[in-house]
Amino acid sequence: MTGLRYVYAVCRPFGAALQAQVGGVAGDPPRLLTHRGLVAVVSHVPEADFAEEPLRSHLEDLDWLTATARAHQQVIDALTAVTTPLPLRLATVFRDDSGVRVMMEEREESFLRTLERLDGRVEWGVKVYVESAEEQSAAAAAEKPASGREYLLQRRRRTRAGEEMWQRAEEFATRLHQALSGRADDARLHAPQNPALSGAAGRNVLNAAYLVPRDHSEEFVELVDRTKDDVPGIRVELTGPWAAYSFAGENGGTEDSREGRS
Amino acid sequence: MTTPGRLPEPYGQGQGANLADILERVLDKGVVIAGDIRINLLDIELLTIKLRLIVASVDKAKEMGIDWWESDPALSTNARHKELARENEELRQRLAELESGRAPKEETP
Repeated sequence: MTGLRYVYAVCRPFGAALQAQVGGVAGDPPRLLTHRGLVAVVSHVPEADFAEEPLRSHLEDLDWLTATARAHQQVIDALTAVTTPLPLRLATVFRDDSGVRVMMEEREESFLRTLERLDGRVEWGVKVYVESAEEQSAAAAAEKPASGREYLLQRRRRTRAGEEMWQRAEEFATRLHQALSGRADDARLHAPQNPALSGAAGRNVLNAAYLVPRDHSEEFVELVDRTKDDVPGIRVELTGPWAAYSFAGENGGTEDSREGRS
Repeated sequence: MTTPGRLPEPYGQGQGANLADILERVLDKGVVIAGDIRINLLDIELLTIKLRLIVASVDKAKEMGIDWWESDPALSTNARHKELARENEELRQRLAELESGRAPKEETP
């Protein structure tokens, strides 16, 4: 049998079928590989694309990376609809089924522990953006300064407005994070996103992930919705439900479980 | 439906999902397992530094020597205060100049 095995996720056995139209990485619809009490979700992928050398050069191709990342995420999404998957990092590839089985057996205990911890929970992403001080005061600065003194006063006002905006944004983000953490089983703060890549307007001041039981997700979403228009110039963005990516690490954290080599 | 437990409608996902959100998760979160094909995603050269930053957790980015946000006023309170202090100083100087001699050096003859 030719082809490599691309592994998306590990789950407990689940009864429901996956959505029929999930394409999978390299166009191979995901298959279930059951071993003892666990299921690995895999696609058969060609060596020509997923052996070390071609994979490395593909990953440097942003279009390929984008398509593959979306295909990967689509499978994880389909799994999230029917079970609680433990998502693996993009491009986890084995030679054959037996390689996947060996990996599952070696990590069985920790997989089961983590799956137990995440069971019935999903991840919600919450980001807070603040409009930049320049945008905020652009309107105010429209009139031309009549004198140097006027110019300085305007500039000082702008600076002060900017500083106040930041303070408000920070207080808002802290308050929101506290409130949401109180409704979540766990929370993670991620590095702010770079607007050049995310294409989002404004500066990202909070980028957080919350682990929330499915059954409480509706309340969680409502809570986020209620805060949305609280402060002018501040925008709250909610994404999800995601598989518990940010909480899948061994210690319940985002720490690498990488084993000394890379 | 077959969904175990009720889930609200997805927010900001599906085909239109923000690429940054997807990459952040599939490249930097989730379980790391050394497969048979060993690729360190953080070694991939062409992903720009900023793309790396977005997919790398802060600690990892620091390990890689990426720490520009610490001096970026938009991302760091510390840097912001420094920036404000600097600007304040600059303004004071200009004000003093203007008020003291009506900027004698720039006086037109």
